[in-house]
Amino acid sequence: MRERPLRLPASWLPSVKVTMASMVLALLVGALLILVSDRQVIESFRYFFSYPWDAFRHSGEAIGESYKALVSGSVGSWSAITATLERAAPLICAGLAVTLAFRAGLFNIGAQGQLIVGAVCAGYVGFHYELPPVVHVLAALLAALVGGALWGGIIGVLKARTGAHEVITTIMLNYVAAALLTYLLTKESFQQPGSNNPRSEKVDAAATFPSILGVHSGIVLAVLAAVGVWWLLERSTVGFELRAVGANADASRTAGMSVANVYTLAMVVAGLLAGLAGAQQVLGHQDSLTASFGGSIGFDAITVALLGRATPLGTVLAGLLFGALSTGGLAMQAGAASTPLALTQVLQALIVLFVAAPALVKAVFRFRESDGGGAVMAKGWNS
Amino acid sequence: MQLEIRGLTKRFGTFTANDHIDLTIEPGEIHCLLGENGAGKSTLMNMLYGLLEPDEGEVLLDGKPATFATPGDAIEAGIGMVHQHFMLVPVFTVAENIMLGREQTRGLGVLNRASAATLVRDLSDTYKLAVDPDALVQDLPVGVQQRVEILKALANNAEVLILDEPTAVLTPQEIDELMSIMDSLRKDGTSIVFITHKLREVKAIGDKITVIRRGKVVGTTEPTASESELAEMMVGRGVKLVVDKDDADVGEVALDVKNLTVIGARGTTVVRDVSFDVRAGEILGIAGVQGNGQTELVKALLGLVRPASGRIQLEGRNISRHSPRQSLEEGIGYIPEDRSHDGNVGSFSVRENLVLDLYKHDEYSRGLALNLRAMSANAEQRIDEFDIRTQSMNSSVSALSGGNQQKVVVARELSRSLKVLIASQPTRGVDVGSIEFIHKRIVAERDKGTAVIIVSTELDEIFALSDRIAVMYDGRIVDIVSPNILRDEIGLLMAGGGGTAKKNA
Amino acid sequence: MSTATDERSPGSTATVRDPAEVQRRVKISVTLLLVSAVIFYFWWTIDDKQVFYLLSGERMRDTVPGQISTHPVTLTCGILVLVAAAAAALGLLRRGAVTLVSMIIVGTAFLLCFVVWAYSDLDVAFKPWITNPLPGTFAVATPLVLGALAGCLCERAGVINVAIEGQFLAGAFFASVAASLTYSAGAGLLGGIVAGIGISAMLALFSIRYLVNQVVLGVVLVVFAQGLTNFLLDQIPNDATIKAYLNEPPKLQDVAIPGLSDIPLIGEAMFNQTILVYIMYISVVFVTFVMFETRWGLRVRAVGEHPLAADTVGIKVRRIRWQAVLLAGVFAGLGGAYYTVGSTGSFDKNASSGNGFIALAAVIMGRWHPLWATFAALFFGLMSSLRNQLSLVDKIPSELLTMTPYLATVIAVAGFVGRVRPPAADGEPYVKS
Repeated sequence: MRERPLRLPASWLPSVKVTMASMVLALLVGALLILVSDRQVIESFRYFFSYPWDAFRHSGEAIGESYKALVSGSVGSWSAITATLERAAPLICAGLAVTLAFRAGLFNIGAQGQLIVGAVCAGYVGFHYELPPVVHVLAALLAALVGGALWGGIIGVLKARTGAHEVITTIMLNYVAAALLTYLLTKESFQQPGSNNPRSEKVDAAATFPSILGVHSGIVLAVLAAVGVWWLLERSTVGFELRAVGANADASRTAGMSVANVYTLAMVVAGLLAGLAGAQQVLGHQDSLTASFGGSIGFDAITVALLGRATPLGTVLAGLLFGALSTGGLAMQAGAASTPLALTQVLQALIVLFVAAPALVKAVFRFRESDGGGAVMAKGWNS
Repeated sequence: MQLEIRGLTKRFGTFTANDHIDLTIEPGEIHCLLGENGAGKSTLMNMLYGLLEPDEGEVLLDGKPATFATPGDAIEAGIGMVHQHFMLVPVFTVAENIMLGREQTRGLGVLNRASAATLVRDLSDTYKLAVDPDALVQDLPVGVQQRVEILKALANNAEVLILDEPTAVLTPQEIDELMSIMDSLRKDGTSIVFITHKLREVKAIGDKITVIRRGKVVGTTEPTASESELAEMMVGRGVKLVVDKDDADVGEVALDVKNLTVIGARGTTVVRDVSFDVRAGEILGIAGVQGNGQTELVKALLGLVRPASGRIQLEGRNISRHSPRQSLEEGIGYIPEDRSHDGNVGSFSVRENLVLDLYKHDEYSRGLALNLRAMSANAEQRIDEFDIRTQSMNSSVSALSGGNQQKVVVARELSRSLKVLIASQPTRGVDVGSIEFIHKRIVAERDKGTAVIIVSTELDEIFALSDRIAVMYDGRIVDIVSPNILRDEIGLLMAGGGGTAKKNA
Repeated sequence: MSTATDERSPGSTATVRDPAEVQRRVKISVTLLLVSAVIFYFWWTIDDKQVFYLLSGERMRDTVPGQISTHPVTLTCGILVLVAAAAAALGLLRRGAVTLVSMIIVGTAFLLCFVVWAYSDLDVAFKPWITNPLPGTFAVATPLVLGALAGCLCERAGVINVAIEGQFLAGAFFASVAASLTYSAGAGLLGGIVAGIGISAMLALFSIRYLVNQVVLGVVLVVFAQGLTNFLLDQIPNDATIKAYLNEPPKLQDVAIPGLSDIPLIGEAMFNQTILVYIMYISVVFVTFVMFETRWGLRVRAVGEHPLAADTVGIKVRRIRWQAVLLAGVFAGLGGAYYTVGSTGSFDKNASSGNGFIALAAVIMGRWHPLWATFAALFFGLMSSLRNQLSLVDKIPSELLTMTPYLATVIAVAGFVGRVRPPAADGEPYVKS
């Protein structure tokens, strides 16, 4: 018999529509915030009744300037695009870490910690050893994967063996990882020779990601990782178990699956993906570890995964979008309207919020579709 | 109070669950609503109770139109309902459950538990329904929980009492008791709507019988109608009330259980020192009221819970410490009692659910890679063979009707060669057509030489299928008897009385 | 008719051992053995005969500190824990109050020995003294308790609240702004409450009305609150005069309660605090009472456990959930206010630095019970307080010490709390067909 496509176009079209509408809605709310933040606009509203046109002109200008800067700063030039891609790559990898765990019914808030541990391992191999070019980057990468997988695996083992709730343990281990990093950065073996700054040695050039057309190859790895996760979830026995446990752990147990093993495995693989994100940061984006090298990637990854509806393709797209938003946000801040960077954070939150509430978006835009559902994910604590 | 329903209609999408239903319930009458699973009885009653909004039609109370937007309105109007799935908060006490919604307070919204408990005691004295107001509902046996439900309705001064499939969880003796309660309520002038699919009960207690099929009223009749007449009205064709089967051709002992004891999640012993065996080619029925250890017993047989002591042998090998996967691989087929909870992954497609415990076999995967083609071929074959009504093999199982969901589980478990088949409540909540089909397949599996264990709370099913019947009460097997035993005797065993009771000291 | 539960022959339970119980026994005794081993290690390695402590008051030139004789104390504690281990192995520590009390004793003994060890054999001229960890405990725990109460209220009603951190941030920011504008710290508390209710309203709207997955929603609301407060903070110009109006609030002053504040050990810590801390105490009692002793509380728990059952007795499920979530906003907003008017004053970016998530952990650790969640928050506060004190002592690198409260929480959750049962309908929107 012939394979039927698993998803018919009609089933994803409405959700694309809702996503687009959500972005528009978020940008509208963002526009309001821009107006509030623009001094000239506020001034012009003071004499609104004498010169109403001024207020509109200034408003239009402020919004226009800001959003123009947002677009041109993220995709307006080749250098903007490379910046976006470099920003997106770790977001995608960490987003996949959240996505994969989600599908197994686990809420992985710990991508941040897994990423940090992965990066520490990658960095250490990167600057401590001297290896031939290709071997070195591979070794550093491997170290990141192992480090992340171990850190994630702890969560899985704790969950499987003691039932400790992963939301608590991941949150706590994030702090532990951050403290570990700060501690290591005070050690001489990590610090740059002759310096007391909390900044690690530079990673060997041989251990950094090679660049292709000005963009480091991390994005390629991210896309490969997404394809790998897709295959794992949709085409492999492991993914079958993972999805089954995530959707109905009792039925999976009854069908002979070991829920404990699945939890452990899912967290190991999730940690591995987050470790990859860490490697992206330390071997690609930057060349040394600092206390804040990870930024809030691990946390943003949660919103990336949610926006991507916990599918690999969705995660890639959401990662690209959020990458663009954050590079564009920098340009916006530097631009004429000097809109604060925090606006992009608000935008990110609003987009995810609206996407998750399709009923609201449909009500606003008066869409007809009865369907085009919200994010389908683990329901409560019990999942 | 007279209750009249006129042209009540409810649609879910394109499916019409209730199609212009007309019904009149006179004061002091026990009106039976008879229909098979999925006929639309519960939908009708949920509309009457304000849980569902009717699309068309109206409800009249003593001739005056009434609308119930919420259950609160219905309660206000004097309608009480005992739901099939009890509407009790398990972590609350009996008194808390009964007071919920109409709480006794000392003012300022502070609960007055003492007066609530007094009320419960008064009510239970008046109606002779013994309950402890301070007991946690989750610790009570289902029979007692049902009493709490009835008390809850009575506490609200219900004049019309709806009982939705109340007998499913009771022993025959408890059913008799319920009937006498219904009788005394009737004498006090309470109208009762008694929803059921059991013909025997309808004939025993009903004043009037309305039969519903596929959302429509088929007819109203008197309890004098014969069982086969009623059955035909209910199903729409002649129904064979017995399963055709030959005498069992019994072989070697396949599964041997010795002194099995299981401790439950809350630390209490739920299966006590149980011993029995099943031979190849026979069906052992395990009868008993729900909650007497059957659930834990079969879970232990598969390896879902580890027995605290005792031994389970499959063809002479000890399997008491096996994991579920090992047990399945050894040739145990398992149909769990709750298909949507334990049997299927609801969001998975029919194709995926049909290999839920087989995907690691060589036919369906190579290394890590799933063989989608083989999964599809399998699905096509099973859908055909078991007459699973689904739009496609890629539809999610949760979109199927209860009977078809159950067929998916049965098809999967019977699609490999088995030594032992354990089927728990194999036809619960399933339409008559599917029941007949599943029963036939189970008998066919027995005739192939598989040892079969059927756990059921429905005595009809036990009698129809079993070659031997084991009766469980309070975690013990009280007796193992032949299916020629009288219904009353087995009822006594199910209530813990009578019998030779040689297995418990 | 006899019921199934009342006849239980004692003979059959005594002969059969519950494997889970045996496993638990082994686990506890092994853990206790390890603990006692560590204590004996302390006893063996400490050289100082005594360490000094000062539980209240300032350290002056002529202050006379208390003394702890290191060896007898550690030895006694070690033996105590060893006895507990033996008791556990013999099955004397059954579930219940006895176990809880002995665990608290063991925990206290271990912490005492650990502190003694950390303060002994220091190679510095000016020997630090052990100080009272309780004031620090309450400082850290106050917002956590308030946040945890908010979490309990929401989740008991069936709405998961991951957004406590968002409520903290919004509460902190608007408390600062309100207090600065009015030049009144009390008004700051009101500002915090309003902001907390604001985030609660979003939580309720999107979860109850628009059925958004509640864990998703919580995370998003945290990001939203971060973004919004950061954005608004950026809007406040650096101009000192304007800033004073918007983000330089007066702080709450400590108020000593006469009598109570003189109680040794705990008086200073518990009863010489800001009004916010007293509000916290009252809140704990209030929430516990309301939840378990009032009509509204009964209904809240009913809609969190079995909304359909509540509906069938005429309770408006969504309305009760809205009320519970909004009320939760009051406490979370007050918790947020702690980070500005309750302690440091002006609002900084991410003022609550992730503590909302700790409060969430306290909710789960406390099994959704306001009292237990309070204890969980206090436990975390104690750990943080000890960490802060020990980081002044050079025995352990302070960067490593940073992680102890978090590690301790993981150990507590994995080792002693384990699988928890949330309210049955937690996170599930109630939809009528």
